[in-house]
Amino acid sequence: MINAIYILNASTLQEQDLDRIVHTVKTIFRVPVFVKQVGLDFGSAFDGSRGQWNSTVLLSQIITNSVGDDEKLVAIVDVDLFIPVLTFVFGEAQFKGTAAIVSTHRLANQFYGLEEDKQQLLQRLEKEIVHELGHTFGLYHCRQFECVMRSSTYVGEIDLKQVFPCQDCQRLLLKNFS
Amino acid sequence: MNSNYSILIVDDEAIVRDSLSKWFREDGFVIGVADNSATALRQLQAHRWDVILLDIKMPGMDGIELQQRIIELDPNVTIIFITAHATIESAVQALKRGAFDYVTKPVDPDHLSHLIQNALKQRKLTGENIKLKESITEFFKADDIVGESPQMKKVYELIQTVASTETTVMVRGESGTGKELIARAIHSNSQRKFFPIVTVNCGALPEGILESELFGHERGAFTGAQYRRKGKLELADGGTLFLDEVGNITMKTQMDLLRVLETKQFTRVGGNDIIRVDFRVICATNKDLEKAVADGTFREDLYYRLNVFSITVPPLRERKSDIPLIANYFVKKYSQTMGKQINCISPEAMDVLVRHDWPGNVRELVNAIERAMVIGTSPALKPQDLPFQLLNLDKKKKPSSGSLAAVEKEHIELILEQNGWNISRSAEILGIDRVTLYNKIEKYGLQKPS
Ligand SMILES: [Zn+2]
Ligand SMILES: [Zn+2]
Repeated sequence: MINAIYILNASTLQEQDLDRIVHTVKTIFRVPVFVKQVGLDFGSAFDGSRGQWNSTVLLSQIITNSVGDDEKLVAIVDVDLFIPVLTFVFGEAQFKGTAAIVSTHRLANQFYGLEEDKQQLLQRLEKEIVHELGHTFGLYHCRQFECVMRSSTYVGEIDLKQVFPCQDCQRLLLKNFS
Repeated sequence: MNSNYSILIVDDEAIVRDSLSKWFREDGFVIGVADNSATALRQLQAHRWDVILLDIKMPGMDGIELQQRIIELDPNVTIIFITAHATIESAVQALKRGAFDYVTKPVDPDHLSHLIQNALKQRKLTGENIKLKESITEFFKADDIVGESPQMKKVYELIQTVASTETTVMVRGESGTGKELIARAIHSNSQRKFFPIVTVNCGALPEGILESELFGHERGAFTGAQYRRKGKLELADGGTLFLDEVGNITMKTQMDLLRVLETKQFTRVGGNDIIRVDFRVICATNKDLEKAVADGTFREDLYYRLNVFSITVPPLRERKSDIPLIANYFVKKYSQTMGKQINCISPEAMDVLVRHDWPGNVRELVNAIERAMVIGTSPALKPQDLPFQLLNLDKKKKPSSGSLAAVEKEHIELILEQNGWNISRSAEILGIDRVTLYNKIEKYGLQKPS
């Protein structure tokens, strides 16, 4: 039984930027949601040859913030994340585990040479947070094109999906809960 | 999603095996790993694998040699090589010997996921389990289309008729009638339902931006374009392209669009590569396109290409019997998402809703309900929870009798309702003192609803 979800903010976003995300996460997973400011040791995760940060290393740091197995943690960072075999990842989660991490780096329009749009950035972040948390609750990628659990490997695909899981995924979520 | 498919990852580096198996496990694949050729061969004898990801450089027997042995064991398996830059030449060798493709480390996740999907698509087409395509027998409406009026039943019929075809559809109707929902219903009832429906709002974007939005751009196409960007046409590949407010695009973009619709290929802004796409087009407009064609502001050839099958969504005022259904549907929906204990609409409030003419159509109605759900406190929505202008306009339209007293009574009742029978506030708005208000309440026999 999960009793709380902690959003660990290690990014430059302000706490009030996350209000809507907190509300959404609470609505979807039906548990209390708290925001905590945290610091991470980015230096140990930095890979100089790639100029990026190893998300698995950061993920293992995040887990040390956990106090019990009745909670889930999702961290927000600004740095560009990778896992060794891929050029980048938007985020990473422990499948059926405790912790997840999401980066804002490639969710921002500026990264693609477009004008900054904070609202759009927050909408994308909201979906990625729900998506990675979904993995920690044991949800797989989904084929429904609007489902938040659809796999997105390109930022435009994030914009296409909704913030909510489809009915099938919601059912699975309920099952995994009890 | 992919639980019927299995992938074997053969790589001597633990970190590659781990990160790839984690990546594919989230897709629901059955995953196996092997850190050398001998283990890989044992895995091959023990199970049937759909795809094998094979590292070219391994100590002992290398990937190319292993490929030969694998093909002897299972000639149908799909092999994808993983290489470092230095060994691209041997990857080309491998392709000649029948490998499906190769990727270089680190691989772009977008590329990898398409590669795997293509490999599986090919297996599906050529493999032993060619099943009859799942036929779509059950028609399902997009969730938020509500209505049982004869006009809407006709619309559902048209959706059902056209959905399973590849025909271009034009959805017409006033703004706020829910044309995008109709497009989504057509998409979800088509063979393309497992691919995206991509909306382009043609009215909202200036010409240069619309162009880049549709076609994408290459790195360096213009100042600030540091990264390649896929356009909506590319994102819609396999699925449906929904062109909203198609009547608003400029002549230049009309021409570009016509060319894409005719050839199903295009180049990104600032690029030379020809990109082939496969999508179905649905468009929507609230404009008189026939007039625009006559005026010369809309190309006739594009008009005929888009207007193959047309569906007209009736305005809400022409299907008033649907208002209670729609209103109740959204009360339920919002009570769930907002977690509020409001589950119905009082008869008085419903009366206001049904009498209103809804120039903004369903969208206006949905907004009114959403607002009412936010401010409402009792289990049934009341007239005072509804937007102010709705009450005023409708009250104005229907004075119950000509006498001044009757109008005064109605007006006092309205103000009281809007202010939740707060006497001080109502008196202030009416410009009378509280005692006078009490006297009038008694005089007209007004009663606070329980
Ligand atoms: Zn995922
Ligand atoms: Zn789903």
